[in-house]
Amino acid sequence: MSILSLDQPGRTVLFMGNEALARGAIEAGVRVCAAYPGNPSSEIIGSLSQVAEELGLYVEWSVNEKVAAEVAAGASLGGLRSLTAMKHNGLNVAVDFLFNLSMSGCRGGMVIVACDDPLALSSTNEQDTRPYAKMLDLPLLEPSDFEEGKRMVSFAFDLSEELGLPVVVHSVTRFSHARGNVTLGAIPRGQDKPFFDASQGVFPKPIEQTHPALHRKLRQAGERVQAAGFNAYLGPASPELMVVTCGSGVGYVKEALHNLEAAGRVGVLKIGGTWPLPAELLREHLARCQRILFFEEVDPFLEDNIKAFCAQEGGALAGKTFYGKASGHVPDWGENTPDVAITVLARVLGIGYQPPRPAAYAAEAAELVAELATPRTLGLCAGCPHRATYWSIKNALALDGRQGFTFGDIGCYAQGRGPSGFGVMKTMHAMGSGAGLADGFGQLTRFGAEQPVLALCGDSTFFHAAIPALLNARYNNANLLMLVLDNSATAMTGFQPHPGVGKNAMGQAAPKVELAEICRAIGAEVVELDPFDVESTTATIYGLLQDLQGIKVLVLKQECALLRGRRQKLLYRVAVDPDKCRGQECGCHRFCTRVFKCPGLIWDPAAGKADIDEAICTGCGVCASICPAGAIAREAV
Amino acid sequence: MSGQIDPRNVIITGVGGQGNVLASQMMGQALVQQGLVVTIGETYGASQRGGSVMSHLRISRSQQWSPLIPEGQAHLVVGLEPLEALRVMARYGNPQVLTLTNTRPIRPLDVIAGNAEYPELEVILSSLARLSQKVWTVEATEIALAMGNPIFSNMVILGAMAGLGLDWFPLRRDSFQEVLGLLLPAKAMASNLEAFDRGQAAVQALPL
Ligand SMILES: Cc1ncc(C[n+]2csc(CCOP(=O)(O)OP(=O)(O)O)c2C)c(N)n1
Ligand code: SF4
Repeated sequence: MSILSLDQPGRTVLFMGNEALARGAIEAGVRVCAAYPGNPSSEIIGSLSQVAEELGLYVEWSVNEKVAAEVAAGASLGGLRSLTAMKHNGLNVAVDFLFNLSMSGCRGGMVIVACDDPLALSSTNEQDTRPYAKMLDLPLLEPSDFEEGKRMVSFAFDLSEELGLPVVVHSVTRFSHARGNVTLGAIPRGQDKPFFDASQGVFPKPIEQTHPALHRKLRQAGERVQAAGFNAYLGPASPELMVVTCGSGVGYVKEALHNLEAAGRVGVLKIGGTWPLPAELLREHLARCQRILFFEEVDPFLEDNIKAFCAQEGGALAGKTFYGKASGHVPDWGENTPDVAITVLARVLGIGYQPPRPAAYAAEAAELVAELATPRTLGLCAGCPHRATYWSIKNALALDGRQGFTFGDIGCYAQGRGPSGFGVMKTMHAMGSGAGLADGFGQLTRFGAEQPVLALCGDSTFFHAAIPALLNARYNNANLLMLVLDNSATAMTGFQPHPGVGKNAMGQAAPKVELAEICRAIGAEVVELDPFDVESTTATIYGLLQDLQGIKVLVLKQECALLRGRRQKLLYRVAVDPDKCRGQECGCHRFCTRVFKCPGLIWDPAAGKADIDEAICTGCGVCASICPAGAIAREAV
Repeated sequence: MSGQIDPRNVIITGVGGQGNVLASQMMGQALVQQGLVVTIGETYGASQRGGSVMSHLRISRSQQWSPLIPEGQAHLVVGLEPLEALRVMARYGNPQVLTLTNTRPIRPLDVIAGNAEYPELEVILSSLARLSQKVWTVEATEIALAMGNPIFSNMVILGAMAGLGLDWFPLRRDSFQEVLGLLLPAKAMASNLEAFDRGQAAVQALPL
């Protein structure tokens, strides 16, 4: 049993935003859930996978988001309710299919949860996905608290089924990864048998029928959302300022008005259904005052669309003064916070706000922290196989001496662009792009390029998006050395299994796809090694670079240190021999801690020697092979 | 909870891998069980170790507050790592803040690399004392190591929080135990409860 599947209607529990969304799906009778992981969305399907068996659901980790959306849509065409969830980049991958699906329509309720990550807290880029809903002509809902998130997903299933159209629910990191109170409802047990009516096809064409029908459905959606009570006006009858807000902004504005003691002066128009625009609601409430402030995150989605609406409407909505991103009052990038809301509202209302602590205290705190609290640069875990890999690449490229470099990808190993990967990784874009970029650079030898180029990606990334690039390189005769960092997991997003792992989302045994076999089938020369063997790995990379004809793949296989740590703490017991450690004095000058920088190694300033932190070391034993003085000893456990 | 202050704001801070998120989830779940409205905001990047990880807890009798605490408004700061407790003060500290911290340092990458110094524990603690109304320390990692695994440090700290006896922070052992049953496999119950008890005892043994 898990807290997500508690069958105790009326009980209040603490749910992560993602669990609230998942519970909404459960209470709506979802049967099929499919996704590829990506923060902040991963726990939606992750938590559902843990209750799948108990509740009779089918839950899968798909190889990528487009396939996940197709799996969910396939179930919907069979008449069952289905859910797919993805991070913003994932929606980019899925939209090609979705632009067709919105016109063909679906059958069983289908909900797409799109999670954005303002400020890119765990992403490569910042992106607002809400404009996609407008482009797709799909209804868009944005929850502002946990209980509402659950209710919205349940409602979205009903709406989707009624319209025969997928519905998008939008979340952000501060919702998905936050927690709050949710009251449980009943869990239905779905019994419908799936059926696809093969007497009729499902097509996005003819356009003269499907596109106007889509617009009709969207208008209908607007009316249904309004009736569901997700949009609301809160405030005095004639406020001096109207704040239009949605999603996370609702809580921040409430917090700001509380701190500024301004709730009596300001109206808040909370919009839960942000596409299509709630026309009636806007007509009624925007007429209440002249000054309108839009408070939303990243892009001016409501702001632009509502301004256009006001211009079109004229009359009581004409001639307003707008505050928002265009006017420079609200930041047009990054995440909002209560402090941002306080600053914006204080400025627009002309209130002088002082945080409730003495300025002298704030200054002293800032000074002490700046002086003492060294920032924590993110890095690879102690004993992470990626560190060993980067060590070998760095040394192989140095030996090679032709200014070779590495195009990288996304995963834990993206830390390779920073100190814990010795700055080896030189690019980071979309999943699979490292291979594509290296493929492109690899074609430049014909123009005289002399630098060798490596591509690297993780195992999950390989299956998600790197295969087409490898195929392309082979077909177009590129010279490419690709490293696949196979740590038996999608580690970055929470260790989800993938086709190479032999296990599925529900924990059942699954056929194992050997990525080396795929590479061989494409025509690559494949070498497989353990990256903890830094000597062989370095020599192999160096060797492959010397004769780089065609495509070569080096698969570096070693389990993620955190995953291994769950079963077995140490591979080796590692210790520093203080008599052998040359410390500051020797030519190596603290080589292990200064250059290799594994967090399991520490420097004992009193003794002037390196040491091992037993609470952090995971016993990979790699440092024993890099210490030039042979002072680090390892003993197999 | 006493007084009119609502919400009460707690920050649990530490370093990735210390079990900060689980600790705040357990505490929040226990308080919800006790009838309170809790919002938790989590600031963490990826699963990698080494970054600062901070949880904001908003504890209310009536309202779902936003997941982030405004500047200068922490009531209790709990450090799973001492330098992290100090770091939080720059933005959230105030002269009334109460501080509870583990004493075991985890060195940032730049310290390991020799580009920066990790301050003496006494310096961190005296700075915390300047910035707090009161500071309690617990050797949570040592207690956990004595139990056989540093992973228990977070539960030791939770026990210590409960042991502070703050009237507005009414975390009860029985609701904590119920939450353990809800969130962890049955075999983990005894050891986690033991860690909680040891933390509670450790803080109660401190001079008043
Ligand atoms: C299109 C897209 N989907 C999902 C993500 C989120 N994401 C980032 S890296 C990654 C995969 C990491 O797995 P792997 O390549 O095996 O590397 P590891 O983290 O295990 O080292 C995922 C799912 C993303 N950035 N883009
Ligand atoms: S989670 Fe695993 S793969 Fe990621 S940095 Fe840590 S050890 Fe490496």
